[in-house]
Amino acid sequence: MNMQYLKNVVTLRLDGDLCAGCGRCLEVCPHAVFQLDNRKAVIVSRDACMECGACARNCPVGAIFVQNGVGCAVGILNTMLGRSNGCCGGEQCCVSIA
Amino acid sequence: MTFDTENLALTQAIPSVLPSWSWRDYRGAFAVRWCVYRNTYSIPPGVYAMHAPTADSPILVTSNYKLSFDHLRRALSGIAAWILVLDTKGINVWCAAGKGTFGTDELVNRLHETQMAQQVTHRVVVVPQLGAPGVTAHEVLKRTGFKVVYGPVYACDLPAFLSAGMKAEPQMRRIGFSLGERLAVTPVELVQRFPQALLLLLLFVASAGLGQQGTRDIVEQGPWIALAVGSNFVTGLVLIPVLLPWLPGRAFAWKGLAAGLLLGLALAWFWPFGNVAALSVALLSVATCSFLSLMFTGCTPYTSASGVRREMRWALPMQGGLAFCGLAGWFVSRFI
Repeated sequence: MNMQYLKNVVTLRLDGDLCAGCGRCLEVCPHAVFQLDNRKAVIVSRDACMECGACARNCPVGAIFVQNGVGCAVGILNTMLGRSNGCCGGEQCCVSIA
Repeated sequence: MTFDTENLALTQAIPSVLPSWSWRDYRGAFAVRWCVYRNTYSIPPGVYAMHAPTADSPILVTSNYKLSFDHLRRALSGIAAWILVLDTKGINVWCAAGKGTFGTDELVNRLHETQMAQQVTHRVVVVPQLGAPGVTAHEVLKRTGFKVVYGPVYACDLPAFLSAGMKAEPQMRRIGFSLGERLAVTPVELVQRFPQALLLLLLFVASAGLGQQGTRDIVEQGPWIALAVGSNFVTGLVLIPVLLPWLPGRAFAWKGLAAGLLLGLALAWFWPFGNVAALSVALLSVATCSFLSLMFTGCTPYTSASGVRREMRWALPMQGGLAFCGLAGWFVSRFI
């Protein structure tokens, strides 16, 4: 399915000057947010970002920033209410992918 | 799990496994989808041998949620490999990576503990792409000498990925959310929300008896209330996930609102017990479906935390307001 969520909301930032062009962010991103252009990573579909944080964690030069988190209303609600650790009931998350 | 007893001796203390699923594996996979012993569906962490691996065979990393392990196993038909299972407390790769239990420290420690460097001559570990939110590849290299290569999103793409020399086609790097995947996550929601639905049903049926007619209203309106609660339950937890790509709007609260409006209008149209009650049922349906749709965000692989927070800021007050009006109307309708 076409997976487009809200426009212009994510915290993803890329510092092009720091980028060494290793392409790790292209490898880890499950939504093809990045592309390599002239041996530098560029953000090509920012709104597709789900803030999983894989790119920032795997960037060897620290050129990517994202406030990572889980886009789960149940978890956010639980955290707001001070219940458990914020992940759907605290024990098991919702998506079960191999 | 199916153990490979023939090759057991070759790999000494390392347990050997086969790609095939036994009826127990199928039963387990079905049961966890329905929330049965879901939090204890795990296997011991450590290294497993698939098809008598050698020193050249790849190392494939996964979590110790048995369903994750079984999917990986099934994808490796005819492929000799070492399967390195991390201790994620029985949670799947992606969620565990988000929490950090599927992470750099656990991978580094597990590589040391299982002495993988002595089992293989190469220095490459294949980590599932969805494990990347928890793993820092360059740190693993620094601490163990093993280079992390991220494998495809779906285990079923592993044979193609491995035979291409550990290269993933661009589409192997992308996550999907097909009808089958959307349906696979709904049973857990049905099971978890069932007690709440039952409680609401009882409360509404009981409240029907508040009017002058008392128990006669309960008997008369009970089946209709059950229909309203039941149809909201099915719409919110099954129809909205199924119809997700076709419901209007990007925000989940909007998608749910649209579905709830259709359901609410249909229920109100046929509601036989007065206009105020009918309108109340419609308002409550809109609020319920919008709320359940918003709660579905966590089951999808594409919503960002920032986006969900932005949605919640306007959607929760709206849903609360609709529910308040609906409830007020419902109680007023008891006495007119």
